[in-house]
Amino acid sequence: MSAKNTISSLVLAGAVSTALTTLAIAGPLTKAEADAAIAAKKEKCFGVALKGQNDCAAGPGTTCQGTSTADFQGNAWKFVQGGTCANIELPGGKHGSLKPV
Amino acid sequence: MQPEPLLSYAAAFASALLDPGREAPRMVTGPRGQSTLKCYNVYRNNVTVSLIDALAAIYPAVQRLTGPDFFRAMARFHIRETPPTSPLLFEYGRDFPDFIARYEHARSLLWLADIARIERAWLDSYHAADAPPLSPSALAAVAPEQLSSLMFTVHPATRLVRSPFAAVTIFAANRERVSTDRIDASTAEDALVTRPEFDVLVQKLPPGGAVFLDSLMSGCMLAEAAAAALEESPAFDLATNIASLLEAGIFTSLTSGGAR
Amino acid sequence: MNAAITPQTSAAIPLRYSLPIAGVAGTSFKHEHLAAILDDGPQRGFFEVHAENYMGAGGPPHRMLERLRRDHPLSLHGVCMSIGGPAPLDRAHLARFRSLIARYQPALISEHLAWSTHETSFFNDLLPLPYNKATLARVCDHIDEVQEAIRRPILLENPSTYVAFRSSRMCETDFIRTVAERTGCGLLLDINNVFVSAANHGFSALQYLADFPLSRVGEIHLAGHTEQNDAEGGLLIDSHDGPVADAVWKLFEIVIARCGPIPTLIEWDSNIPDWPVLKEEAAAAQAILDRHVRRTRHAA
Repeated sequence: MSAKNTISSLVLAGAVSTALTTLAIAGPLTKAEADAAIAAKKEKCFGVALKGQNDCAAGPGTTCQGTSTADFQGNAWKFVQGGTCANIELPGGKHGSLKPV
Repeated sequence: MQPEPLLSYAAAFASALLDPGREAPRMVTGPRGQSTLKCYNVYRNNVTVSLIDALAAIYPAVQRLTGPDFFRAMARFHIRETPPTSPLLFEYGRDFPDFIARYEHARSLLWLADIARIERAWLDSYHAADAPPLSPSALAAVAPEQLSSLMFTVHPATRLVRSPFAAVTIFAANRERVSTDRIDASTAEDALVTRPEFDVLVQKLPPGGAVFLDSLMSGCMLAEAAAAALEESPAFDLATNIASLLEAGIFTSLTSGGAR
Repeated sequence: MNAAITPQTSAAIPLRYSLPIAGVAGTSFKHEHLAAILDDGPQRGFFEVHAENYMGAGGPPHRMLERLRRDHPLSLHGVCMSIGGPAPLDRAHLARFRSLIARYQPALISEHLAWSTHETSFFNDLLPLPYNKATLARVCDHIDEVQEAIRRPILLENPSTYVAFRSSRMCETDFIRTVAERTGCGLLLDINNVFVSAANHGFSALQYLADFPLSRVGEIHLAGHTEQNDAEGGLLIDSHDGPVADAVWKLFEIVIARCGPIPTLIEWDSNIPDWPVLKEEAAAAQAILDRHVRRTRHAA
């Protein structure tokens, strides 16, 4: 670690105090106030926040049944371009695309 | 050790399950004069479809990005190469992001494997142990001179995924099924995945935030973690990061390093 | 759904039902139905879950199951123990099964006469086994081991199958009866499996039921199946993706008339309908069970 990035106790104390004040919005921070603040803001986060979709994407479950879908065959498959990937750009104006053989 | 012949049925039956090019095992017959292959193929189909469905359930954003036909073809190759090793299906697919990164037809989607990494982290977070998040008042109670040697226990549901692409933005747009406008994939984004209560949350970390959290997760003291974050990004803002991590319920407890 | 779940999170579960649930109909528990189930309030009936789906450390699956378990009896249905496989049981998996039973105290515990793991690969399907002396001994050893670990008898479910083994030397009903006699386990009679296998192998479902040791049956499964047709005549697939077939309802009536009311589960695992549809299937089973409770009483 380089010396210039050593963080002093004073800087740390300042940052922690600012952080706690931000969380409690304003005013002196009692335990009850801080807890209330975190409870109220539990779902609100910085940057892009994405709430998990527990109802429709909770991962796979085991099966004890067969399937009527037929989908086991061969290694050959017809190439199909689809999905939303074409909306995603990389530098040089290159759009995302899937490549057939 | 060679199993006794009467108990070799599982090896023989399993040998062709994931390989459609092989004959049905000779030890089985199709009843009522039906073709043995047709009847054996019911099992092949059950195994393959249920495992493709499992990957589709773990990786819905990847499937939306590629379209279901492409996804199922890609998943079929993966399950033949790497079938599950655990009977817990929610553990499956850990190797899928690396497979995607190598998969020749998806190679132009440089960011796709990182979307898969976030989705795998999402499911880990979903099933992780429950723990009450640390109250900010616990941090308020720490004496200023002890702050630099403070260490945090990170919530069991917390995961970090770093990407040189706009992985969080792409993930959010496709997991939530919101309509996607053009996304510039070239901005690096780090994903914080956690579950303070019932819902899994995926957030984009601010500059230096990933190094800060990664350092704390690997047991660094607060001053060390902050220094490492500043080293990576001069824009790192310690106060904002502490507030955000507390708010997201990333910690469960703290200990003063000096008190060890 | 969150609102229904968050208030009492990690409290110990008050277990209101510890006794077996004679003559009650139940359904598979699907997470998307929890809100509707809770809106109905506590009801007669039980719910069945696949044990493996609750073997994670924590999170929403356990919250939802705890909430459900507060007001309803539970049936724990293992899918992946590989009791019918030649390899030793997975000790870690057995330990997880045991702790799940300790945590949720299910009224019913069941597993399959099938296998799904070979060496390191898990196939996520119920795979068949030949019926002979060697497999009989192995299956009995495995059931003994499970029952010793959990200190309770399990119910063993008859499979639906699509192939036969050249090395089989016993019929399925003889095999199952002998397993039950040797290990003291109970049986889970899946009547849809009987119907599917009978159609696929060309035997009589009624004869199978006549040969089946019905006195050991502690639970019945009913489910929907699909027909796959081709020039050779087709196969029935045990797909659990629709309502119970009329023919399976008839077989169910015959079994209940013969042995009296037995806990009966409607399994529905794909193309899952809204809760009222599933509830209606269970109500149909309950009506048959109740009719025979009355008959049994009149006769007495």
